[in-house]
Amino acid sequence: MASTATTADAGPVFYLEEEHAHAEGGSTMLGFWLYLMSDCLIFAMLFAAFGVLGGNYAAGPAPKDLFDLGLVAVNTTMLLLSSITYGFAMLTMDKGRVGATQAWLGVTMLFGLAFLSIELYEFAHMIHEGATPQRSAFLSSFFTLVGTHGLHVTFGIVWMVTLMVQVARHSLIEANRRRLMCLSMFWHFLDVVWIGVFTFVYLMGTLR
Amino acid sequence: MPESLTKFIFGRLTLESLPLHEPIVVGTFIVVALGGLAVLVAITYFKLWGYLWREWFTSVDHKKIGVMYMVLGLVMLLRGFSDAIMMRLQQAIAFNGSEGYLNAHHYDQIFTAHGVIMIFFVAMPFVTGLMNFVVPLQIGARDVSFPFLNNFSFWMTVGGAILVMASLFVGEFARTGWLAYPPLSGINYSPDVGVDYYIWALQVAGVGTTLSGINLICTIIKMRAPGMTMMRMPVFTWTSLCTNVLIVASFPVLTAVLTLLALDRYVGTNFFTNDFGGNPMMYVNLIWIWGHPEVYILILPLFGVFSEVTSTFSGKRLFGYTSMVYATVVITILSYLVWLHHFFTMGSGASVNSFFGITTMIISIPTGAKMFNWLFTMYRGRIRFELPMMWTLAFMLTFVVGGMTGVLLAVPPADFVLHNSLFLIAHFHNVIIGGVLFGLFAGIAYWWPKAFGFRLDPFWGKVSFWCWVLGFWFAFMPLYILGLMGVTRRMRVFDDPSLQIWFVIAAFGAVLIAAGIAAFLVQIFVSIRKRAELVDVTGDPWDGRTLEWSTSSPPPAYNFAFTPVIRDNDAWWDMKKAGYRRPLNGFKPIHMPKNTGTGVILAVFSVALGFGLIWYMWWLAALSFVCLIATAIGHTFNYHRDFDIPAAEVAQTEEARTTLLAAQA
Repeated sequence: MASTATTADAGPVFYLEEEHAHAEGGSTMLGFWLYLMSDCLIFAMLFAAFGVLGGNYAAGPAPKDLFDLGLVAVNTTMLLLSSITYGFAMLTMDKGRVGATQAWLGVTMLFGLAFLSIELYEFAHMIHEGATPQRSAFLSSFFTLVGTHGLHVTFGIVWMVTLMVQVARHSLIEANRRRLMCLSMFWHFLDVVWIGVFTFVYLMGTLR
Repeated sequence: MPESLTKFIFGRLTLESLPLHEPIVVGTFIVVALGGLAVLVAITYFKLWGYLWREWFTSVDHKKIGVMYMVLGLVMLLRGFSDAIMMRLQQAIAFNGSEGYLNAHHYDQIFTAHGVIMIFFVAMPFVTGLMNFVVPLQIGARDVSFPFLNNFSFWMTVGGAILVMASLFVGEFARTGWLAYPPLSGINYSPDVGVDYYIWALQVAGVGTTLSGINLICTIIKMRAPGMTMMRMPVFTWTSLCTNVLIVASFPVLTAVLTLLALDRYVGTNFFTNDFGGNPMMYVNLIWIWGHPEVYILILPLFGVFSEVTSTFSGKRLFGYTSMVYATVVITILSYLVWLHHFFTMGSGASVNSFFGITTMIISIPTGAKMFNWLFTMYRGRIRFELPMMWTLAFMLTFVVGGMTGVLLAVPPADFVLHNSLFLIAHFHNVIIGGVLFGLFAGIAYWWPKAFGFRLDPFWGKVSFWCWVLGFWFAFMPLYILGLMGVTRRMRVFDDPSLQIWFVIAAFGAVLIAAGIAAFLVQIFVSIRKRAELVDVTGDPWDGRTLEWSTSSPPPAYNFAFTPVIRDNDAWWDMKKAGYRRPLNGFKPIHMPKNTGTGVILAVFSVALGFGLIWYMWWLAALSFVCLIATAIGHTFNYHRDFDIPAAEVAQTEEARTTLLAAQA
């Protein structure tokens, strides 16, 4: 760091005469981490609510009557694959290959959409059977926890489309790379949350 | 118009929703409307709209945003205090068969609104404003990490405040108490819009608070000037860091729990209902997991203010800096382990209650350590009894009483007697007024010259000080006594005439506080009139110790022409002692963020969204939600958010200061 005092003698240094401009977006990654942690807390609350209320069936349907583990396994696979393909998008981004990055993002989005479709099908099926969010506290907390995750995935997809347009316009400039990194963190975060949902809600719910 | 169409457009908003049958509300509305109209006319007459929009509303300058937060806090203080004095008057006269002058419907809204406004829209904006203004200056930064986000956060807080204010004239506010416990706040027992106003006002403001928390953490972690290690940060910056960590780690909990309450009310889920397996006590647990850290969010920054003020006005380095920092961090952690003391009476059993009772008592240890550190800082110091120091002394004397009654309440068996009594009310007003508010007044008096370049008038400041301090003691000591006698909170009328005298004394205290607020406003007015006399060109009116005093008052947009290098805790004190001279040439262009109106627009859509949801105007809610998302996405397409202040302009600004300083000398 080129830091010298105005006076030529070797007195104390009080300020930087020449300074490196703060790299633009230097705090973005930390800031986005902090945001993710705050979001994580929202999920923690929803998990806690499910933990407290998850056994309150109010003489209504229980997890065993409702959950189709096969379907959930397929759904989980969709989301996990989407995380892998997002990883590929980041690898190609590092190599500066715009087309390949866009392609992998597109694939990721398709997996995301597949995940959402299966989830919506599951919800519709449950509601059709009378297992609505209003039926019992268990179902209230189930729909809220899983639905909040699904809502996050939906926003992730909207964000992904936005970024694909921006990458198409401005290519992989520094700002766009940073944004793709943020979305990457968001997307993997949702994956981790889903693993919690899968274990805590579906697997352990079926064991109850 | 066919009824179905009216219902579609206006939801459940009808002419009957306007409280025209409540003369008090109508009177308030007329006063507020005339006052607001006068302000609008004045702004238009003096052609200030463009200036306000360009220089303030769209500004991303942390100093201006900080000042705007303070203005918001002050305006809302007037509202929150009107509620307070109405309650005091009601309780002072509702004896011997008198119903007082407020009916139950109105009175219940008043005590709810008082709590909500004072915490969320007075204390929070004041604290956030102070941190926003001071922290970047103290760490030698030119702005916060995310300047646009800062502007957006502020306008979301304003949005929440607007929704609360709207409830006064359009519909009604919640009648549930400030934390809106279900099942009372559920749709069965509160079917009207009050609780919905509560939910959406807090959700809109909560977004702003969380984001500003993230912003300030990043700023403190990433933007410190070279040489400022963590253990060289000023104590105010340390307490701000801890407060913002608490904000980020607790406001999402509030967001989540209010969302669940909203789902119960709007969708018919059963989180907190009495039937279908719902659990109302879960709400109480969850909301206090936010609520207790919130208490420390409010007080910690003011502990920082007292530290800065004590050391500056004692002319000494702060005693026990390291222990002060550790005490702050310990309080931060412990504040998560005490939430259950707010409802010992829930009946969790002896072991759970003992655990939370003990953790609560433990918190008094780091807080006590702080108190001793301030006392030892003053010991053998050359104390100057300027206004900020007076507030600090009043705090020390007042706050320890509140702290001791707090420890008393932490004993579960005692709490079973005192729970929800006026003793509790007296306790938390004792710490919030004696700690948070006194600290804010100390902070305002201390940093006002930094923000505006002239001091506050000391005479009116002292009038305000004595009215506030005496008013506080008159208003709340009777409540301790009443609480010990078993009087519960939120009562509207009383049967026992022997209690009346205490309520009359308390009402007298409230009148004194009203005088204190009036004197504070007069102080600001007089100081602006006399700004030529009170002017400070040095930028360092108190012989300060931290970096914010090294730059001019008010600081230039870029704060520091050159980034300072820090060698000591008291960075500016060290620079003064080591023969620092202001750099006079060699200025470089400075990279700064551009102003933007997006924050205002997003907040407007958020308020519309909230309003639509409150009144079941689904079209409005959907429309504003779509606009909100579209605006946010549109904003990301703007890649040119910065500009350079040319070196010549920096040189000119600094030259002007050199001339001023020379004229002074």
